[in-house]
Amino acid sequence: MSYVEFLTEFGPRLVDGTITTAQQTILAAAVAILIAVAAGLMRLSHNRLIYGAATVYIEIFRGTSLLVQLYWIFFVLPLFGLTLDKFTAGFMAVGMNLGAYGAELVRGGILSVPKGQWEAALALNMSPAKRMIRIIFPQAILNMLPPWGNLLIELLKGTALVALISVTDLMFEAKQINGSTFLSAQVFGTALIIYYLMARCLITPFMRWLERIMARKLGRI
Amino acid sequence: MKTLTKDYPLQLSGDDSPIVRFQNVTKRYGELVVLDALDLDVAEGEMVTIIGPSGSGKTTVLRMLMALEKIDDGVIYVNGEPMTHMEKNGALVRASKKHLRQQRTNIGMCFQHFNLFPHMTALENCIEAPIQVLGLSKKEACQRAEELLDMVGMLEKCHEHPARLSGGQKQRVAIARSLAMRPKVMLFDEVTSALDPEVIGEVTQVIRKLVAKHNLTMLMVTHQMGFAKEISDRVCFFFDGKIEEQGSSSQLFDNPQKERTQQFLSAVLEAG
Repeated sequence: MSYVEFLTEFGPRLVDGTITTAQQTILAAAVAILIAVAAGLMRLSHNRLIYGAATVYIEIFRGTSLLVQLYWIFFVLPLFGLTLDKFTAGFMAVGMNLGAYGAELVRGGILSVPKGQWEAALALNMSPAKRMIRIIFPQAILNMLPPWGNLLIELLKGTALVALISVTDLMFEAKQINGSTFLSAQVFGTALIIYYLMARCLITPFMRWLERIMARKLGRI
Repeated sequence: MKTLTKDYPLQLSGDDSPIVRFQNVTKRYGELVVLDALDLDVAEGEMVTIIGPSGSGKTTVLRMLMALEKIDDGVIYVNGEPMTHMEKNGALVRASKKHLRQQRTNIGMCFQHFNLFPHMTALENCIEAPIQVLGLSKKEACQRAEELLDMVGMLEKCHEHPARLSGGQKQRVAIARSLAMRPKVMLFDEVTSALDPEVIGEVTQVIRKLVAKHNLTMLMVTHQMGFAKEISDRVCFFFDGKIEEQGSSSQLFDNPQKERTQQFLSAVLEAG
């Protein structure tokens, strides 16, 4: 079977899988960003309880395996009465895991805003919430965009694990096709290329575009 | 902190009460005493300049008055009311955040490094706090900001981001931004120290204008001795967290009494 024949026969399934992978990536990214902002801000709190809660979360999700977390959310949580369908469990696990890494990026980005900006906002009598939302966060975003680009690529690759709880993503389809045809080189080679192209041609340019937009807002271009 | 009952009045009253009073104000960073039981009164409309060697506590005075940091002892009064403290059951206790925010409305501050918000244009810098803090409408805030930007000679560049402005231009916008909050007391913390020599004049010119046209109380920390001498009603020479000597600018510059003042002034003047 030539590679063209292979693609003609199995291409549609790989495309379906790729769409699922893209959906998982987008939803997981949304979860990761929400968690990262929340936990990152909590890590800046002077309240020990709030700071402690975020620290425990980050330590647990950063310090243990994503695969184990995925199995926990899908197989163990139902024992405690919380059942998630496999699609939801998949992106929640990936998002919660990468969100823990993202929290430190958010914290670092906020702390990288010069002290003078905080003081100027204070001298203008802005409330802590307005100061964060209007002055500090917009500047922090620009500082944290490059590492977030890294993290989102990591997240895309992390979604391959959801195949292990039978979410029909790209990796799941590839494994199924391999199981029935044993065309390992073709199928896994194609999956590899698709993952790479998603990262290189979608995520990276998107992040560059965001960086340009934010830099323009800061008047740096 | 313990409540303060004795020695500190709950309010300053009387026609001659100062707009700013530091009473026994002490600030420490660990072991280091930056302000040592400072007493300082500033009358309404007065222009007071603070000079002295680095590390003498000059900038700290302004930072305490802006409530950027907490003091360790003593009380600061603004506009007759205690700012660092508030009254509770007939005694002074440390001010709540709410009280501090309310008291901060009286004070405006300009910084050595301008600290303009880089993601906003000059105009947006000047309307941000009036809209967000004072609750002005955008139209009112813009009108007020444009008047002030015009006064500092920056109206033409009001749609530029700070990154496209020179140091002198940035500092003039920063002055307009502070004034837009209508403070009673303005603090200038070495506002010309980060500027190239040829643009210092545009900033000092704005401050001259403020002194001439507005009945604004001002405290200024500066290394520009010529400017200080020309513009100040009173000059305070700081040394080791204390006022070593103070007086009218002619008194202090032309006829300093204390040895440390003489040494400092001759060293500064020698350096040009």
